[in-house]
Amino acid sequence: MALIEVKDLCFAYEGDNLAVDHVSFSVPEGQYVTIIGHNGSGKSTVAKLLAGLLEKKSGSIVIDGLELNQKNLHQLRSRIGIVFQNPDNQFIGSTVRDDIAFGLENHCVPQEQMDDIINAFSARVGMSEFLDKEPTHLSGGQKQRVAIAGVLAMAPKILIFDEATSMLDPQGKDEIKRVIMDLHRKSGLTILSITHDIDEVTSSDSVLVLADGKVALTGTPAEVFSQEKMLKKIRLDIPFSLKLADELNKRGVSVNRELTMEGLVKELCRLHSNM
Amino acid sequence: MPIAFEHVSHIYNDGTPYRHVALEDVSLELAEGKITAIIGQTGSGKSTLVQHLNALLLPSAGKVLILDRTIEAGSQPKQLKSLRGQVGLVFQFPEYQLFEETVLKDIAFGPKNFGVSEEEAAKKARTAMQMVGLGPEFEERSPLELSGGQKRRVAIAGILAMDPAVLVLDEPTAGLDPQGTEQMMSLFHRLNRESGKTILIVTHDMEQVYRYCDEVVVMEQGKPKLRTDVQTFFHDSSLCRELNILPPALIRMKDMLRENGFTVSDEVSDVNMLAKELARQVKRHG
Repeated sequence: MALIEVKDLCFAYEGDNLAVDHVSFSVPEGQYVTIIGHNGSGKSTVAKLLAGLLEKKSGSIVIDGLELNQKNLHQLRSRIGIVFQNPDNQFIGSTVRDDIAFGLENHCVPQEQMDDIINAFSARVGMSEFLDKEPTHLSGGQKQRVAIAGVLAMAPKILIFDEATSMLDPQGKDEIKRVIMDLHRKSGLTILSITHDIDEVTSSDSVLVLADGKVALTGTPAEVFSQEKMLKKIRLDIPFSLKLADELNKRGVSVNRELTMEGLVKELCRLHSNM
Repeated sequence: MPIAFEHVSHIYNDGTPYRHVALEDVSLELAEGKITAIIGQTGSGKSTLVQHLNALLLPSAGKVLILDRTIEAGSQPKQLKSLRGQVGLVFQFPEYQLFEETVLKDIAFGPKNFGVSEEEAAKKARTAMQMVGLGPEFEERSPLELSGGQKRRVAIAGILAMDPAVLVLDEPTAGLDPQGTEQMMSLFHRLNRESGKTILIVTHDMEQVYRYCDEVVVMEQGKPKLRTDVQTFFHDSSLCRELNILPPALIRMKDMLRENGFTVSDEVSDVNMLAKELARQVKRHG
């Protein structure tokens, strides 16, 4: 059974204008799913519904076999961690240590266990050296890593990243993408990442494409990126190597639609030497 | 006349333990009537540099020459208000600064503040809305209820409503989706090509620099490390690599192909041209 099962989910911020319009999808345990779509497509709203931060209008969300409702909300929330876009809005503590401890204190974790947990999870995101630093002395990427550590310390089964890299500089983006990949490979966490980053999409297990509050496409990155017409219609970008492969195919050079430049260059080299 | 920085330094919190030299003896010219990208790592002084252009920050030493004015260390700039009308500065994440009840009022705030009549301000606001692609249906909506990309456009329209000669944008596309980014950049391109506005963009996005900008200034540790035209900058990956910047996809692909024995001419500047050259090489051998 899937870890997350969403059926006919609907939500409206006001009136009958559905921001999320009969959305259904499921996520098997341990998958790394990217969610893409234009601004205003309902991505963040879906994330907030899953995390129990908004209440659905209709439909159902089943997480780990439990229906997400008022009764189960508290129990399920502890299984889901969410990291938001703005690094400055998520730092609560006066130091990195305090910030990670904040969630633990709220969960009444005994003081003597806290240090071990803080040490373990700050190490997990590469922030061990910064435990006594104040947020003003941290870069955006470092603050986001602290936010991830704070969420991991709550031992969730599902991690949601709501455009967690979009306010960061290229270096910060790389740091966070590396941490996400690492968590995916080593900890078996189920990851949902809302992103505009084509490279991140390419490296995920599966992709959910939203447009105007509805599911437009789902599948592996290769499957989703093969729907060029649909992607163009909802005006989403595709990897450069695919654009080039498509242009080559149009000109009678038949190459595989490789998702990476390295893959495409290999393809071309094969053609080059076969002639 | 170009915009010029002459031996400009800027020191934050001078005389305190938090003293920080953000700009150090910067001498630099920025071309008028062009789109210039200002790039460099976080903390390299990009934002500090551009905030001198409308005297939001004053130099700790040296002077800035812009639009026949001189902003000098140690003296209060004259006619500050008219300078700020002529040099429009859009901050990072400007959508956090929207505050009026309606989109139209928010955009009209600037011109009104500069003494234009209510009616005239609304007219200017409507023109600016059109420029950024916000239809009349947005006029009476609350700016706070809009999506991130729409809010960003409202904020930029608020600056455009003052019809500045120089437009300075600090990471205008950060956090926007690809489509929003595209629209925003083509707007700046249009403002430059059609209205001759001088445009300065602080950015990390090399794809945009390559596609839309004319010149590049690289900042490093409070100093301009390099100023050149975009063609030279992206001739191949070497300059970018040296500066620890990820080059645009096209440039990376061209380099990778060359390394693997393909011929790619310097003129190739988009994916169509590249496909054409490659098709010829593969077919010719076949």
